[in-house]
Amino acid sequence: MTATVEAASARDFTERNRKANWIAFATMVALIAVAPFVAYPFFVMQALCFALFACAFNLLIGYVNLLSLGHAMFLGLASYCCAHAAKVWGFEPVSAIAVGVLAATVLGFAVGALAIRSFGIYFAMITLAFAQMVYFFSVEAPFTHGEDGIQGVPQGKALGLVDLSNPWALYVFVALVFLFGFLAIERIVQSPFGEILKAIRENEPRVISLGYRATLYKLAAFTLSAGFAGLAGATKAIVAQNASLTDVSLSTSSEVVLMTLVGGMGTFYGPALGALIVIAMQNYLAQFGEWVTVIQGAVFVACVLAFRRGIVGELAARAKVSL
Amino acid sequence: MSDDDILVTEGLTKSFGDFRAVSDVSLRIKRGAIHALIGPNGAGKTTCFNMLTKFVAPSAGTITFNGRDITRLRPADVARLGLVRSFQISAVFPHLNALENVRIALQRSRGDSFDFWRSKAALKPLNARALELLDSVGLTSFAYATAGEISYGRKRALELATTLAVDPELMLLDEPMAGMGHEDIDRIAELIRRVSANRTILMVEHNLQVVANLSHRITVLTRGRVLAEGDYRTVSENPEVREAYMGAGHA
Repeated sequence: MTATVEAASARDFTERNRKANWIAFATMVALIAVAPFVAYPFFVMQALCFALFACAFNLLIGYVNLLSLGHAMFLGLASYCCAHAAKVWGFEPVSAIAVGVLAATVLGFAVGALAIRSFGIYFAMITLAFAQMVYFFSVEAPFTHGEDGIQGVPQGKALGLVDLSNPWALYVFVALVFLFGFLAIERIVQSPFGEILKAIRENEPRVISLGYRATLYKLAAFTLSAGFAGLAGATKAIVAQNASLTDVSLSTSSEVVLMTLVGGMGTFYGPALGALIVIAMQNYLAQFGEWVTVIQGAVFVACVLAFRRGIVGELAARAKVSL
Repeated sequence: MSDDDILVTEGLTKSFGDFRAVSDVSLRIKRGAIHALIGPNGAGKTTCFNMLTKFVAPSAGTITFNGRDITRLRPADVARLGLVRSFQISAVFPHLNALENVRIALQRSRGDSFDFWRSKAALKPLNARALELLDSVGLTSFAYATAGEISYGRKRALELATTLAVDPELMLLDEPMAGMGHEDIDRIAELIRRVSANRTILMVEHNLQVVANLSHRITVLTRGRVLAEGDYRTVSENPEVREAYMGAGHA
């Protein structure tokens, strides 16, 4: 009797969950469709790139409990490589983005292989150290042009067909890249592989004792996350038509932590919402100059103190669903 | 070694600096037996356990499982060979439900689960077996309950079901009765007896009643050394053991 009641309530939960997720997804797509008509399209595209970046970061912190404090290295390196491929090698945008993603993935695998055996704060510190190395490499390497960055990146014709210098074409392109990345990350979390990741998050020694080489799973997740962060960075280079030191900097690495925490780590929609909020703050509060950083800090403190689960996390907990 | 022995250790030693937590321990675990490792706090039981499952690297000595030297293997590889442990503090995945907990272990049967592009619907065929295992430990009605929210005794039962899901040849149970009430103890003891068919069990346990009832053979450790070995009767009549471990109260 209890069993059937339990099973029924589990089905009910799954049903409610599916509904809530459809509503959330539909809302997100609707917002993306309407946004360029009510806000400055360049700002929305920028926000979409950072939203994807935050989703990639969340794959680690939210589902494997790995805190990377140097995720900007993947965003930035991909941004530089994509910009270089498009400008110097004359690649069309899709191939240029692919070059960026590949570079970030390779870097992710290399850094991951060296860092993944460390735990907690040590892991975070090692990622931070590597990010600083990539930063100094970007200052010195000739192809990144140091302080100047790579400017005037051509937007070109995607796959030789669609001219991305048309603002509407570019917007649709960026929206599609974001949705692809978002759904791909959601699928990773909901895959057999994702189940093992969540188990590692909950109790790593137990997973090992069942015969899984947890380190390899964590490395795979880290590499995937780096790749998607790269996709965000490379797309951003095409949108902004430049790649600069800001993209590899420590402040970008910490911004993505802020975005994810504000939105809600371990939720699908939280990081994207958090990215939107942080980017909006930077844009619309720009008149306050240096004070933006202080305001961001205050938001961060308020978040950690008042709603630890983040905005989406709190909403989901209230509605008893997982988003 | 004879084929009867599933696990053999020779001169197993673990030092932390000058301190020898485990010193020259040689064990022989008979296939099909329930073997208990007992001893007062700090006797080195858990360290011993951690070495057998490779969670701690031995300073000296060898470990042979089914005739194969496993001294240098990694923990996950030892588990794949069929030597699977439980933990002292109950080790469930608290935010997953009971069914998902067991299914994580069952996923092993698919080989490595690196398929991140596939929907987890691919795991549905495992649900029937997971429910069967939950049923065998009396958790049918908790299959969809979040593991972190069920009672302590049920968590231990869930842990047992999860361990059974990988069908280990040798199961190492680290204090399966720790922190349990009477009712749960009887249930889990019965469960252990039931699952010991066709497999070998080595357990660390403080509850001597349970040890006396369940185990065929007992090894007593004190200060990292083997003090005595034999069945409960032999061990409990050994004056050294009574002195070191049981005290007058248990005489």
